[in-house]
Amino acid sequence: MSMKESKLKTDAALMNTVVPAGEPWLGTVKAGQYFRIVDLEGNQAVDTLFYNAADVEERYSANDTIRAQGNIYLTAGSKLLSNRGNVLLSIVADTCGRHDTLGGACSAESNTVRYSLDKRDMHSCRDNFLQAIACGKHGLTKRDLASNINFFMNVPVTPEGELRFADGISGAGRYVEMRAEMDVLVLISNCPQLNNPCNAYNPTPIQLLVWG
Amino acid sequence: MSGTTPEWVLWEEHLRNGAHWSGVVKRGTTLRLMALEPGANVSVALYNSEQPLERYNMADTLKAQHTVFLSKGNACYSDMGRVICSIADDTFGWHDTISGVSNAKLVKEKYGPSSFQKQRNAYYKNGEDSLLVELGKHGLGARDLSSTINFFSKVVVGEDGAMKFAGANENANDFVDLRFEMHTMVVIASCQHPLDPSPAYRPRAVHLIAWRSGPASRNDICRNLCEENQRGFYNTEVLYR
Repeated sequence: MSMKESKLKTDAALMNTVVPAGEPWLGTVKAGQYFRIVDLEGNQAVDTLFYNAADVEERYSANDTIRAQGNIYLTAGSKLLSNRGNVLLSIVADTCGRHDTLGGACSAESNTVRYSLDKRDMHSCRDNFLQAIACGKHGLTKRDLASNINFFMNVPVTPEGELRFADGISGAGRYVEMRAEMDVLVLISNCPQLNNPCNAYNPTPIQLLVWG
Repeated sequence: MSGTTPEWVLWEEHLRNGAHWSGVVKRGTTLRLMALEPGANVSVALYNSEQPLERYNMADTLKAQHTVFLSKGNACYSDMGRVICSIADDTFGWHDTISGVSNAKLVKEKYGPSSFQKQRNAYYKNGEDSLLVELGKHGLGARDLSSTINFFSKVVVGEDGAMKFAGANENANDFVDLRFEMHTMVVIASCQHPLDPSPAYRPRAVHLIAWRSGPASRNDICRNLCEENQRGFYNTEVLYR
């Protein structure tokens, strides 16, 4: 796994905000700006979707992204492709090492399947996504919730085809930083999942920074 | 096939020249996808035909069953915790779930230019446009197009995460049986897999056969593959009570 640090200084950031555990965040990053997500306390999955801010029908495509780079994990150097084959953002720094593209977002409904039928009432990432887009400002609906990135989440796949949710490989203060290649809308759920090790069974806050 | 069709067959479709197709397959119907030649690929997108906002979800399918590929015994999950269809039989063994489909740019770069005017119905088709045409017939579009299952194509993932195309079906008449647990709009593109290394554009003919099988029984292998699937089948049955 490769690590690449950023030279950007926190005190020069245009935006510097903390998203508490289990909450959504929706915002815009402009072309040429740098966007950093910090795993403040370690092993926190950050479920993230990206859209072309000028036309949200263009969005992050997990399948196109991993096929084009020939690898299921994201890290520094990865280009996040849209469903039209354009680069939405490029990952320019990464001190975690790799990020998941296949695990998707937890939901009330998938919790009933994965854990037990009585887990429907637990908070979930897809409920967060739906709450964030319910403002209606960007015209997003459930149709637009395709497969997301899980920053800092460890979902190893074996050559035999087994897929697992494993203990995290991230740690306190690790971060991933991207350069926006077009104006992008960012939709995040700071994952509230309590039933598997994706958040070390203890969801924690994250920090978001933007540099001009 | 008319004249030779057995009585138990509800309907059949023949897809050639990389054709695309869509239609509703009801709960309790099994749809056999048959690759008439080695080297086929059948990309499939799935929607609840009564409420198309509910659709096949790659991540929910993979994580419920802790697998990156599908084969006999697996269920294909919707985003609502329900089993759209399950794989009741399969002669191939490893169907790709993660690679997506080809698009116009990829097909042009790989196989060269092509047009209907020059080649008539042998013109080069791509997975994305094929699926979009079929989705458009049902009032759906690019926003509704997410992950597909690529039947008869094997893509493996190395320890380092590298994806590798590991071949398609090697036998003529290899098949996979999708038993539908929900009323489903099935959207199919039969053009080549986007990672198929062959430089030749040559989509293989595919045959579809549907029959009334009934949904999964209590002792079904897909239902009992894991506890997750038992709950997924339960969630599905509740919808039809």
